[in-house]
Amino acid sequence: MIDTKVNIAGVEFKNPVIAASGTFGFGREFLEYFPISKLGGLSTKGLTLRQREGNKGVRIHETTGGIMNSIGLQNPGIDAFIEEELPFLHSQDTVIIANVSGNTIEEYVISVEKLNQTDIDMIELNISCPNVKEGGISFGTKAEIASNVVTQVRKVCKKPLIVKLSPSAENIVEMAESCVEAGADALSLVNTFPALAVDISKKKAIFDNITAGLSGPCIKPIALRMVYEVSKAVDVPIIGIGGIMGYRDAIEYIMAGAWAVQVGTANFINPKACVEIIEGIEEYLQKEGISTLEEIRGII
Amino acid sequence: MKEGYREVDISSNTEIAKDIFELKVQIEFNDSLGDPGQFYMLRSWDFDPLLSRPFSICNIEGNVVTFLYKIVGRGTNYLSKLKPKDKLKVLGPLGNGFNLNVNGKVALISGGIGIPPMIYLAKKLSAEIDFYAGFTNEVYYMHYVQKYVNKIYITTEDGSTGQKGFITDIFRPEKYDVVFTCGPSAMMKKVVEKCENMIPVFVSMESIMACGMGACLGCSIKTKSGMKRVCKGGPVFEGREVFFDD
Ligand SMILES: Cc1cc2nc3c(=O)[nH]c(=O)nc-3n(C[C@H](O)[C@H](O)[C@H](O)COP(=O)(O)OP(=O)(O)OC[C@H]3O[C@@H](n4cnc5c(N)ncnc54)[C@H](O)[C@@H]3O)c2cc1C
Ligand SMILES: Cc1cc2nc3c(=O)[nH]c(=O)nc-3n(C[C@H](O)[C@H](O)[C@H](O)COP(=O)(O)O)c2cc1C
Ligand code: FES
Repeated sequence: MIDTKVNIAGVEFKNPVIAASGTFGFGREFLEYFPISKLGGLSTKGLTLRQREGNKGVRIHETTGGIMNSIGLQNPGIDAFIEEELPFLHSQDTVIIANVSGNTIEEYVISVEKLNQTDIDMIELNISCPNVKEGGISFGTKAEIASNVVTQVRKVCKKPLIVKLSPSAENIVEMAESCVEAGADALSLVNTFPALAVDISKKKAIFDNITAGLSGPCIKPIALRMVYEVSKAVDVPIIGIGGIMGYRDAIEYIMAGAWAVQVGTANFINPKACVEIIEGIEEYLQKEGISTLEEIRGII
Repeated sequence: MKEGYREVDISSNTEIAKDIFELKVQIEFNDSLGDPGQFYMLRSWDFDPLLSRPFSICNIEGNVVTFLYKIVGRGTNYLSKLKPKDKLKVLGPLGNGFNLNVNGKVALISGGIGIPPMIYLAKKLSAEIDFYAGFTNEVYYMHYVQKYVNKIYITTEDGSTGQKGFITDIFRPEKYDVVFTCGPSAMMKKVVEKCENMIPVFVSMESIMACGMGACLGCSIKTKSGMKRVCKGGPVFEGREVFFDD
């Protein structure tokens, strides 16, 4: 009998596959394609205290082996999320993770206080969005700044707290250690990589913000290395993210030390990517005679 | 529950004008294969290029869906190499279509490769239609439209067929009760301006899409009632609802 359940910070996931923030909306669109209760979990589109329209100009650009995005955290705001999306999400029988961003520490704190009042299962602190001018990634590069955000949020947060790390951290292991020290119950890594694309006919950057976040298969080897290094250094569960397109990629992350994975860009290429990965993992374990993920976790 | 990407058979893939292809695919019936204005995401490759490409429904006959596309880059270049029996993956039909419930005299205005949805619309509308089509030079598909419309107006930028110039130069809004348009943003903007506040105008918007099904927010545009996803809230919008970027 194979068992793909994982327990992260006291929350049980029926399998290790979580839909990544910003790539799965609030689940409604995918429910048209498969029962989203099949997912281990779902991390919501990044939420901010107030509603945001997101960025102007080009928002998506394809590059070799990846895409760049500059969505700019378009979202309805925490209150509208709680009112309009959460009841639906909570009827879906999967772990719901609220991904939270802010311009200031106060905004993070107020957002988390609002979410404390709800039946959300976990909070994922996004200190790593590369596409917003204030907040976002600026919190995610220096360990002492990140540590400060996490400490302040931890003081008020009544839910299990995941901190999502940026690959732009000056030193990813140090960053991970200081977030854990500040109270993170789990870490997810990584967010998109700040990147640049140029339109040579217009002689300017493709994106209005000049840089944008790179995701997809091209980031996998780097993200995988980061997950490996961090998992060796900290004791909290790690959720691996970056370029997971199929079950093989997911297994690689688990072997590199991840407890669970998040699937992002792949959802755009195939709305059923997450279910296919879940099924692929089960088949792989079956075929290899492995009964729990723990047997292969971190064996690298 | 909707199917995800389906692997379908290609019936034909023919160059009908320079760099313009007509692609016919057989899609097994499930519910509806789509309405005018709706689109499909297509891919004939695995992960390179990574994203699928959106194309409007140009026609549906039985279980055969026709697309018309122009070669502009890698994806369309790959598509142009496909032969019958090659594999193609499709997701759709997606998006909202045009409202077919209209009365009176209707103008359909297309520019460039905005023509495919207008062709299927011409076929499906029961109103009296004048068809306006602006081409760069080579004219195609007009023989097909002929049987569904009252009159065809053609412009080419080089004057080789029809009148020389842009289609918006010869469009006379006062003759119509409803206007539908698809083409370059600047053209649609002009059409909406010409109709002022007198005549309802419906536009089919384009935006770079990653998922085509509402998940990435990559295709969002600003409208008078907030941000809307072209793939989900559109591609068809009320013309005066959207802001055209210049
Ligand atoms: C709803 C919708 C319906 C469409 N219907 C049709 C159709 O029926 N026939 C047709 O020929 N084209 C249609 N398009 C445009 C078509 O999707 C693009 O031409 C195609 O994606 C380009 O792919 P590529 O790989 O060849 O070009 P790429 O190599 O990706 O890009 C080359 C250039 O093409 C342009 N381009 C890329 N993506 C888009 C896009 N999504 N929209 C507009 N321009 C783009 C850009 O200028 C880019 O620089 C539609 C687009 C949308 C959004
Ligand atoms: C279009 C898009 C929007 C995203 N929005 C968010 C977001 O709101 N919050 C967040 O923490 N991460 C966001 N991400 C990052 C993803 O959750 C994920 O960390 C990243 O894409 C790497 O995974 P992938 O290679 O599987 O896509 C976004 C990614 C994409 C592609
Ligand atoms: S293309 Fe992804 S939301 Fe429209």
